[in-house]
Amino acid sequence: MAVTASPERDIVATPMQRATREALYAGAIALGLFVLFIGLRTDQNISNELILVQRWLLLAVVVVLTMAGRFLYVAYGQPFLANQQIVDVATGLLPESVATRFFRLPYFIAAIATVAVLVFLAGSLDGLLGPGLAGYARFLRALAIIYALASVLFYFRTFIHAHFSALGITALALYPVIVVLVLALYGGSVAAGFQGSLKWVDNFGIQILIYVMLAWGLNIVVGLAGLLDLGYVAFYAVGAYAYALLGTQYGLSFWILLPAAGAMAAFWGVLLGFPVLRLRGDYLAIVTLAFGEIIRLVLINWREVTNGSAGISGIPKVTFFGLMTFNVSDPNYIAKVFDIATSSAYYKIFLYYLILGLCLLTAFVTIRLRRMPVGRAWEALREDEIACRSLGINTTTTKLTAFATGAMFGGFAGSFFAARQGFVSPESFIFLESAIILAIVVLGGMGSLVGIAVAAMVMIGGTEVLRELDFLKQVFGPDFTPELYRMLLFGMAMVIVMLWKPRGFVGSREPTAFLKESRAVSGSFTKEGHG
Amino acid sequence: MSDASPSMNDAILQVEHLSMKFGGLVAIGDLSFQARRGEITALIGPNGAGKTTVFNCITGFYKPSEGMITLSRRDGSSFLLERLPNHEIPARAKVARTFQNIRLFSGMTLLENLLVAQHNKLMKASGYTVLGLFGFSGYRTASAESIDLARHWLEKADLVDRADDPAGDLPYGAQRRLEIARAMCTGPELLCLDEPAAGLNPKESMALNALLMDIKDNTGTSILLIEHDMAVVMQISDHVVVLEYGRKISDGSPHAVRTDPRVIAAYLGVEDEDVETVLTEVGDEDVIEQLDTGPDSAHGPGTSSSYLAGPVTDTVGHSEGERVTVSKGASKAGQVDARSSAAAASPAAAKQPSAAKSSAAKPATKAQVKPNTPGVSKRRGGRK
Repeated sequence: MAVTASPERDIVATPMQRATREALYAGAIALGLFVLFIGLRTDQNISNELILVQRWLLLAVVVVLTMAGRFLYVAYGQPFLANQQIVDVATGLLPESVATRFFRLPYFIAAIATVAVLVFLAGSLDGLLGPGLAGYARFLRALAIIYALASVLFYFRTFIHAHFSALGITALALYPVIVVLVLALYGGSVAAGFQGSLKWVDNFGIQILIYVMLAWGLNIVVGLAGLLDLGYVAFYAVGAYAYALLGTQYGLSFWILLPAAGAMAAFWGVLLGFPVLRLRGDYLAIVTLAFGEIIRLVLINWREVTNGSAGISGIPKVTFFGLMTFNVSDPNYIAKVFDIATSSAYYKIFLYYLILGLCLLTAFVTIRLRRMPVGRAWEALREDEIACRSLGINTTTTKLTAFATGAMFGGFAGSFFAARQGFVSPESFIFLESAIILAIVVLGGMGSLVGIAVAAMVMIGGTEVLRELDFLKQVFGPDFTPELYRMLLFGMAMVIVMLWKPRGFVGSREPTAFLKESRAVSGSFTKEGHG
Repeated sequence: MSDASPSMNDAILQVEHLSMKFGGLVAIGDLSFQARRGEITALIGPNGAGKTTVFNCITGFYKPSEGMITLSRRDGSSFLLERLPNHEIPARAKVARTFQNIRLFSGMTLLENLLVAQHNKLMKASGYTVLGLFGFSGYRTASAESIDLARHWLEKADLVDRADDPAGDLPYGAQRRLEIARAMCTGPELLCLDEPAAGLNPKESMALNALLMDIKDNTGTSILLIEHDMAVVMQISDHVVVLEYGRKISDGSPHAVRTDPRVIAAYLGVEDEDVETVLTEVGDEDVIEQLDTGPDSAHGPGTSSSYLAGPVTDTVGHSEGERVTVSKGASKAGQVDARSSAAAASPAAAKQPSAAKSSAAKPATKAQVKPNTPGVSKRRGGRK
């Protein structure tokens, strides 16, 4: 809540007086807001009559808590923040002094010690502390681990900043190995390591990377060319169904159908592109949205081909480039070839590296294209279409190539998705998917590959991590279902991020060429495009 | 579309009978002029005279209602610009333009702005992206050359120190120069500048003049220029075309135009009582009608509220050589014509453009067109 006291008042009123006044205001507002929400509740009594339950005590508690919170914030919080100058207006980042005070070596050692003790006692926690306290202890352990990791990141921040892409790719490449090793150590056997890695590699790794790839594909259309596309999931669907249908009907290999699915999606991208060439802004968004819905409805209703809402199952798995397969019954099953224990984790790890490779291909092509005339033309189109035409750029083909390229990567991701799931149905290609992909692009900062990758990690990984809120049961009792609150928390986090960084995580843009030195262009100069 | 006309080989741009109508409004009426190769041709006229519309017709942003715009390139090929699609005019006919309200790619650096301008050349060099994507060397050399060309024009525009800054960060005058540099990077044979000196201070204006003269002398690019700043127009242009209400009222060397009474009238207005007395003496019915109070019903909104019911033909159609663009008598040049013809005692010739030059009698003594006339031009239409 913004403080809107006039300057004269500020001179007269001491912080205490001001805080008291603000607290009274806040209490009045809270009372007005909650008197009907909390103070009264409609319910049914035993004979099914509607009755009003009065909860004045609860209302009083809420109002008093609000007042106390406001009082403490104005009396102590605001002066403290003002002293610290904690909010750097320009970047929205905490200044280093606060961060260095937060991340200190003694704290770091204490955190490591806590983790060590708690891990050592892991097996006997329940016995020592009882189940309630043991839950808090595990929560404390998680916090200590996060703090220790954050400290390490903070300590090496300049190095990380300088080598972000290389470090990121290395981390992604080593991720399954690390997961398997850590879990194998934890569980005491290699088989347990592979088994436990399923969740981390599949639910987190592959899931996030699919969205990274989709968002990077959409980034070409929205972030570079500035064409707002709300129906991107249609191309994802085209790719998925292309592989599903051709794979099940004709038994063609994934490695043939991957490019075919990309080409087909690109073809549909051009087909969508033609009618919407003259549309801009909101109109373009609506037509692309409609296109996405058309594709989905066709998939539902064209039963003879797509099997309708029931979807297509039994989609063949990807083979290891035709040399080995991941079907236990096959003679060249990978575990038989290498003579190792059977596990479903091999396929997931292979899929992880496959989607990682596809992501890197997308990134490579995008980076390459940005430095080529067509990529510059896309960005110029976003900045000013009329100026483009005055320079002899054919805006028709430029827009179509943007649509086609973006759609092609959507098609790749779609065929991968079909191969991974082994089952596709129209349910997977609803508008919400388009919205999530677009949200990732916007949250990451339009046009920035690194920002979008981080945003995908936060959005997809974040919603997955929020499933692990079981410790809240310790606080609110066993009836509490934390999963129900994850979308609420997630929405709040999104709002906060967009307030803090309105142009996304990476708001600046890297120039594609430079004479003397490459300086990032501030987001205040770039345009979002008009359609 | 290369029906070359070798007889006109010194004219790079030939505009013939160009008309542009927006519904009932005739923005340009039967305009003909030519711009000669290697010269700076200025297109001047009061606000709303249709200069930018002429530019938009030449550069393909508007399709003219009538007329022909022929561009002859140095290699002998010629193009009918009104038939070319918008983006092919810069690409094939080599006509580049700048805009009245600057249109830079503000989020891209200066260098990138100039590289975007070399799009077509680079597109070809990169094998339409395919070869470049796989890193063939042909694209790399073309790319290096394009950066050299960009550097060349940044130096000319005195912007090389800021090459890596976003274009939106530049001050106004520098943005104007950058837009010219960007247009030059397309390698044009005709450069169309829409008010390049608007909003510049005298020093920046001088620098602009130097840049334009440099372009003219060293690249052989012909320049067509719309300008209100008479200092720029009179100093650098070789040929001036004056428009008023979409019609050409004068055409010639800067000196000739400066002393043309019709131009002076268009810019400064004529003494009202002078005109009225002369024209009433002559018995010009148009003027008498004009002097009656109230709007004339023939050209204003009709008594019926329907557009279709009104005499549309009066405002749009041709009435035997004379095209009515605005209310009769609004054109100051027309008034001068009328007055001079009255002085020559030939009441019949009311509005023939060619008659004006021969009879530069009284008004020539009145005032020269002074530099920086925008404030003065407000006097036009000062009838009480």
